[in-house]
Amino acid sequence: MPRLSVWFIRCSFIYLFLGFTLGGIILANKGYPFAPWVWSLLPAHMEFLLLGWMVQLTMGVAFWILPRFRSGPPRGNIDLVWSAFVILNTGIVMVAVQPFISMTWLTQTGRILETISVLLFVFALWQRVKAIEV
Amino acid sequence: MPLLTRTFIKTALVYFMLALLLGILLSLHVSNSLFPVYIHLLVFGWLTQLIFGVVYWMFPKYSNQLPRGREALSWFTYGTLNIGLILRAIAEPLQASQASNLFGVLLVLSAILQWLSGVAFVANTWQRVKEK
Ligand code: HEM
Repeated sequence: MPRLSVWFIRCSFIYLFLGFTLGGIILANKGYPFAPWVWSLLPAHMEFLLLGWMVQLTMGVAFWILPRFRSGPPRGNIDLVWSAFVILNTGIVMVAVQPFISMTWLTQTGRILETISVLLFVFALWQRVKAIEV
Repeated sequence: MPLLTRTFIKTALVYFMLALLLGILLSLHVSNSLFPVYIHLLVFGWLTQLIFGVVYWMFPKYSNQLPRGREALSWFTYGTLNIGLILRAIAEPLQASQASNLFGVLLVLSAILQWLSGVAFVANTWQRVKEK
Protein backbone atom coordinates (compact mmCIF):
# COMPACT_ATOMS: atom_id res chain seq x y z
CA MET A 1 0.00 0.00 0.00
CA PRO A 2 1.51 3.39 -0.98
CA ARG A 3 2.11 6.04 1.68
CA LEU A 4 -0.63 8.32 0.36
CA SER A 5 -3.18 5.49 0.73
CA VAL A 6 -2.05 4.97 4.32
CA TRP A 7 -2.84 8.66 4.94
CA PHE A 8 -6.22 8.51 3.23
CA ILE A 9 -7.27 5.32 5.02
CA ARG A 10 -5.97 6.20 8.48
CA CYS A 11 -7.65 9.61 8.24
CA SER A 12 -10.86 7.85 7.24
CA PHE A 13 -10.57 5.73 10.41
CA ILE A 14 -10.13 8.85 12.53
CA TYR A 15 -13.27 10.33 10.97
CA LEU A 16 -15.07 7.05 11.54
CA PHE A 17 -14.22 7.29 15.21
CA LEU A 18 -15.16 10.98 15.49
CA GLY A 19 -18.34 10.55 13.44
CA PHE A 20 -19.49 7.58 15.54
CA THR A 21 -18.73 9.51 18.72
CA LEU A 22 -20.85 12.47 17.58
CA GLY A 23 -23.61 10.16 16.28
CA GLY A 24 -23.61 8.34 19.61
CA ILE A 25 -23.92 11.62 21.52
CA ILE A 26 -26.80 12.78 19.29
CA LEU A 27 -28.58 9.43 19.62
CA ALA A 28 -28.14 9.33 23.40
CA ASN A 29 -29.51 12.86 23.47
CA LYS A 30 -32.60 11.66 21.61
CA GLY A 31 -33.07 9.06 24.36
CA TYR A 32 -32.22 11.34 27.28
CA PRO A 33 -32.16 14.99 26.16
CA PHE A 34 -29.34 16.59 28.11
CA ALA A 35 -28.26 19.58 25.99
CA PRO A 36 -29.96 21.33 23.06
CA TRP A 37 -26.64 22.34 21.49
CA VAL A 38 -25.98 18.66 20.73
CA TRP A 39 -27.97 19.16 17.51
CA SER A 40 -25.25 21.52 16.24
CA LEU A 41 -23.10 18.40 15.97
CA LEU A 42 -25.29 16.95 13.22
CA PRO A 43 -23.55 18.63 10.24
CA ALA A 44 -20.19 17.41 11.58
CA HIS A 45 -21.61 13.91 12.05
CA MET A 46 -22.84 13.78 8.46
CA GLU A 47 -19.72 15.34 6.95
CA PHE A 48 -17.32 13.14 8.95
CA LEU A 49 -19.08 9.93 8.00
CA LEU A 50 -20.14 10.55 4.40
CA LEU A 51 -17.06 12.42 3.16
CA GLY A 52 -14.46 11.76 5.86
CA TRP A 53 -15.12 8.05 6.28
CA MET A 54 -16.76 6.62 3.16
CA VAL A 55 -15.46 8.87 0.39
CA GLN A 56 -11.96 9.15 1.84
CA LEU A 57 -11.64 5.38 2.38
CA THR A 58 -12.73 4.81 -1.21
CA MET A 59 -10.17 7.30 -2.50
CA GLY A 60 -7.37 5.64 -0.53
CA VAL A 61 -8.27 2.14 -1.72
CA ALA A 62 -8.73 3.28 -5.34
CA PHE A 63 -5.33 5.00 -5.38
CA TRP A 64 -3.78 1.82 -4.02
CA ILE A 65 -5.51 -0.82 -6.08
CA LEU A 66 -6.49 0.50 -9.55
CA PRO A 67 -4.33 -0.77 -12.45
CA ARG A 68 -0.97 0.98 -12.63
CA PHE A 69 0.82 2.51 -15.62
CA ARG A 70 3.57 0.58 -17.39
CA SER A 71 5.63 3.68 -18.14
CA GLY A 72 6.05 6.85 -16.11
CA PRO A 73 5.00 7.04 -12.44
CA PRO A 74 3.03 3.80 -11.87
CA ARG A 75 0.20 5.48 -9.94
CA GLY A 76 0.02 8.63 -12.06
CA ASN A 77 0.41 12.21 -10.83
CA ILE A 78 0.95 11.75 -7.08
CA ASP A 79 1.20 15.50 -6.34
CA LEU A 80 -2.28 15.99 -7.72
CA VAL A 81 -3.68 13.27 -5.47
CA TRP A 82 -1.82 14.64 -2.43
CA SER A 83 -3.44 18.02 -3.04
CA ALA A 84 -6.84 16.30 -3.39
CA PHE A 85 -6.18 14.76 0.05
CA VAL A 86 -5.31 18.06 1.71
CA ILE A 87 -8.15 20.00 0.05
CA LEU A 88 -10.73 17.35 0.95
CA ASN A 89 -9.81 17.38 4.62
CA THR A 90 -9.75 21.17 4.76
CA GLY A 91 -13.26 21.22 3.27
CA ILE A 92 -14.61 18.63 5.72
CA VAL A 93 -13.30 20.53 8.75
CA MET A 94 -14.74 23.83 7.47
CA VAL A 95 -18.23 22.36 7.05
CA ALA A 96 -18.07 20.60 10.41
CA VAL A 97 -17.11 23.64 12.51
CA GLN A 98 -19.50 26.08 10.83
CA PRO A 99 -22.36 25.78 13.40
CA PHE A 100 -19.95 26.77 16.17
CA ILE A 101 -18.41 29.85 14.54
CA SER A 102 -21.55 31.02 12.69
CA MET A 103 -19.81 32.15 9.53
CA THR A 104 -22.10 30.83 6.82
CA TRP A 105 -19.46 31.15 4.11
CA LEU A 106 -17.54 28.31 5.83
CA THR A 107 -20.09 25.74 4.68
CA GLN A 108 -20.14 27.00 1.09
CA THR A 109 -16.36 27.25 0.86
CA GLY A 110 -15.95 23.82 2.46
CA ARG A 111 -18.34 22.27 -0.06
CA ILE A 112 -16.50 23.96 -2.93
CA LEU A 113 -13.18 22.60 -1.63
CA GLU A 114 -14.65 19.09 -1.36
CA THR A 115 -15.83 19.34 -4.96
CA ILE A 116 -12.45 20.58 -6.19
CA SER A 117 -10.77 17.73 -4.34
CA VAL A 118 -12.95 15.09 -5.98
CA LEU A 119 -12.45 16.70 -9.41
CA LEU A 120 -8.67 16.62 -8.97
CA PHE A 121 -8.86 13.01 -7.83
CA VAL A 122 -11.00 11.92 -10.78
CA PHE A 123 -8.74 13.80 -13.19
CA ALA A 124 -5.62 12.15 -11.73
CA LEU A 125 -7.03 8.61 -11.73
CA TRP A 126 -9.21 8.66 -14.85
CA GLN A 127 -6.62 6.92 -17.06
CA ARG A 128 -6.00 4.20 -14.45
CA VAL A 129 -9.48 2.81 -14.96
CA LYS A 130 -8.47 0.51 -17.81
CA ALA A 131 -8.15 -3.10 -18.89
CA ILE A 132 -4.85 -4.34 -17.44
CA GLU A 133 -3.40 -5.25 -20.86
CA VAL A 134 -3.72 -1.79 -22.39
CA MET B 1 -13.45 -15.71 2.04
CA PRO B 2 -13.48 -16.07 5.85
CA LEU B 3 -16.67 -16.89 7.75
CA LEU B 4 -16.69 -13.50 9.43
CA THR B 5 -16.59 -11.73 6.04
CA ARG B 6 -19.43 -13.85 4.70
CA THR B 7 -21.46 -13.10 7.79
CA PHE B 8 -20.78 -9.35 7.50
CA ILE B 9 -21.68 -9.26 3.80
CA LYS B 10 -24.82 -11.36 4.05
CA THR B 11 -26.09 -9.39 7.02
CA ALA B 12 -25.34 -6.19 5.09
CA LEU B 13 -27.40 -7.46 2.16
CA VAL B 14 -30.34 -8.15 4.47
CA TYR B 15 -30.22 -4.53 5.73
CA PHE B 16 -30.02 -3.34 2.14
CA MET B 17 -33.28 -5.10 1.32
CA LEU B 18 -34.90 -3.91 4.56
CA ALA B 19 -33.85 -0.33 3.81
CA LEU B 20 -35.33 -0.44 0.33
CA LEU B 21 -38.60 -1.81 1.72
CA LEU B 22 -38.62 0.92 4.32
CA GLY B 23 -38.02 3.41 1.50
CA ILE B 24 -41.25 2.24 -0.11
CA LEU B 25 -43.10 2.75 3.18
CA LEU B 26 -41.62 6.24 3.51
CA SER B 27 -42.75 7.14 0.01
CA LEU B 28 -46.27 6.17 1.12
CA HIS B 29 -45.92 8.63 4.05
CA VAL B 30 -46.45 5.92 6.64
CA SER B 31 -44.32 7.70 9.24
CA ASN B 32 -41.67 10.39 9.05
CA SER B 33 -39.94 9.32 12.24
CA LEU B 34 -38.62 6.32 10.28
CA PHE B 35 -36.39 8.49 8.11
CA PRO B 36 -33.26 8.34 10.34
CA VAL B 37 -33.66 4.56 10.60
CA TYR B 38 -33.91 4.32 6.82
CA ILE B 39 -30.71 6.38 6.34
CA HIS B 40 -28.75 4.33 8.87
CA LEU B 41 -29.93 0.96 7.57
CA LEU B 42 -28.33 2.10 4.31
CA VAL B 43 -25.14 3.85 5.41
CA PHE B 44 -24.39 1.82 8.53
CA GLY B 45 -26.15 -1.56 8.23
CA TRP B 46 -25.46 -1.91 4.51
CA LEU B 47 -22.47 0.19 3.35
CA THR B 48 -20.35 0.36 6.50
CA GLN B 49 -20.97 -3.27 7.38
CA LEU B 50 -20.07 -4.32 3.82
CA ILE B 51 -16.85 -2.31 4.07
CA PHE B 52 -16.00 -3.86 7.46
CA GLY B 53 -16.41 -7.33 5.97
CA VAL B 54 -14.32 -6.68 2.87
CA VAL B 55 -11.58 -4.83 4.79
CA TYR B 56 -11.26 -7.75 7.23
CA TRP B 57 -10.81 -10.06 4.26
CA MET B 58 -8.59 -8.04 1.89
CA PHE B 59 -6.41 -5.59 3.80
CA PRO B 60 -2.65 -6.29 4.23
CA LYS B 61 -1.75 -8.90 6.83
CA TYR B 62 -1.40 -7.85 10.45
CA SER B 63 1.31 -10.50 11.04
CA ASN B 64 2.06 -14.03 9.89
CA GLN B 65 0.57 -15.55 13.05
CA LEU B 66 -2.46 -13.23 13.04
CA PRO B 67 -2.99 -12.25 9.40
CA ARG B 68 -6.37 -10.62 10.12
CA GLY B 69 -5.65 -9.34 13.61
CA ARG B 70 -7.73 -10.62 16.50
CA GLU B 71 -10.70 -12.50 15.14
CA ALA B 72 -12.60 -12.23 18.44
CA LEU B 73 -12.36 -8.44 18.30
CA SER B 74 -13.90 -8.44 14.84
CA TRP B 75 -16.74 -10.69 16.00
CA PHE B 76 -17.23 -8.16 18.78
CA THR B 77 -17.55 -5.47 16.08
CA TYR B 78 -20.13 -7.60 14.30
CA GLY B 79 -22.19 -8.18 17.44
CA THR B 80 -22.17 -4.62 18.76
CA LEU B 81 -22.86 -3.12 15.32
CA ASN B 82 -25.90 -5.29 14.74
CA ILE B 83 -27.39 -5.32 18.22
CA GLY B 84 -26.85 -1.56 18.38
CA LEU B 85 -28.47 -0.91 15.02
CA ILE B 86 -31.46 -3.17 15.65
CA LEU B 87 -32.04 -1.52 19.04
CA ARG B 88 -31.97 1.85 17.33
CA ALA B 89 -34.33 0.75 14.57
CA ILE B 90 -36.84 -0.31 17.22
CA ALA B 91 -36.40 2.36 19.89
CA GLU B 92 -35.96 5.51 17.78
CA PRO B 93 -39.38 5.51 16.07
CA LEU B 94 -41.05 4.42 19.33
CA GLN B 95 -39.35 7.20 21.27
CA ALA B 96 -40.59 9.68 18.65
CA SER B 97 -44.20 8.52 18.91
CA GLN B 98 -44.51 7.55 22.61
CA ALA B 99 -41.46 8.69 24.55
CA SER B 100 -40.72 6.65 27.67
CA ASN B 101 -37.84 5.89 30.02
CA LEU B 102 -37.46 2.42 28.56
CA PHE B 103 -36.98 3.65 24.98
CA GLY B 104 -34.66 6.35 26.28
CA VAL B 105 -32.46 3.76 27.97
CA LEU B 106 -32.52 1.55 24.88
CA LEU B 107 -31.37 4.46 22.71
CA VAL B 108 -28.47 5.24 25.04
CA LEU B 109 -27.52 1.56 25.06
CA SER B 110 -27.76 1.43 21.28
CA ALA B 111 -25.53 4.52 20.99
CA ILE B 112 -22.88 2.92 23.20
CA LEU B 113 -22.96 -0.40 21.30
CA GLN B 114 -22.64 1.25 17.88
CA TRP B 115 -19.81 3.42 19.14
CA LEU B 116 -18.01 0.34 20.49
CA SER B 117 -18.34 -1.39 17.12
CA GLY B 118 -16.45 1.48 15.49
CA VAL B 119 -13.77 1.53 18.18
CA ALA B 120 -13.21 -2.23 17.89
CA PHE B 121 -13.04 -2.06 14.10
CA VAL B 122 -10.44 0.72 14.15
CA ALA B 123 -8.46 -0.99 16.91
CA ASN B 124 -8.23 -4.23 14.97
CA THR B 125 -7.54 -2.66 11.57
CA TRP B 126 -5.28 0.32 12.28
CA GLN B 127 -2.04 -1.70 12.14
CA ARG B 128 -3.10 -3.42 8.92
CA VAL B 129 -2.99 -0.08 7.11
CA LYS B 130 0.71 0.15 6.39
CA GLU B 131 3.25 0.79 3.67
CA LYS B 132 4.70 -2.29 2.10
C1 HEM C 1 -21.71 4.81 9.49
C2 HEM C 1 -21.95 5.84 8.80
C3 HEM C 1 -23.00 6.88 9.12
C4 HEM C 1 -23.39 7.81 8.22
C5 HEM C 1 -22.88 7.97 6.78
C6 HEM C 1 -24.40 8.64 8.85
C7 HEM C 1 -25.06 9.67 8.22
C8 HEM C 1 -26.08 10.40 8.75
C9 HEM C 1 -26.90 11.34 8.03
C10 HEM C 1 -26.77 11.66 6.55
C11 HEM C 1 -27.79 11.86 8.91
C12 HEM C 1 -28.87 12.90 8.59
C13 HEM C 1 -30.20 12.20 8.42
C14 HEM C 1 -31.23 12.73 9.36
O1 HEM C 1 -31.25 13.91 9.69
O2 HEM C 1 -32.02 11.92 9.86
C15 HEM C 1 -27.54 11.28 10.19
C16 HEM C 1 -28.26 11.57 11.34
C17 HEM C 1 -28.01 10.94 12.53
N1 HEM C 1 -27.09 9.94 12.82
FE1 HEM C 1 -25.86 9.08 11.49
N2 HEM C 1 -24.59 8.22 10.15
C18 HEM C 1 -23.76 7.13 10.36
C19 HEM C 1 -23.64 6.41 11.54
C20 HEM C 1 -24.27 6.73 12.73
C21 HEM C 1 -24.06 6.07 13.99
C22 HEM C 1 -23.10 4.90 14.20
C23 HEM C 1 -24.86 6.69 14.89
C24 HEM C 1 -25.07 6.41 16.35
C25 HEM C 1 -24.24 5.83 17.13
C26 HEM C 1 -25.58 7.74 14.20
C27 HEM C 1 -26.50 8.61 14.79
C28 HEM C 1 -27.22 9.58 14.13
C29 HEM C 1 -28.28 10.38 14.72
C30 HEM C 1 -28.76 10.28 16.15
C31 HEM C 1 -28.77 11.23 13.72
C32 HEM C 1 -29.88 12.26 13.87
C33 HEM C 1 -31.19 11.65 13.44
C34 HEM C 1 -32.30 12.67 13.40
O3 HEM C 1 -32.33 13.50 12.48
O4 HEM C 1 -33.14 12.65 14.29
N3 HEM C 1 -25.18 7.75 12.89
N4 HEM C 1 -26.48 10.38 10.07
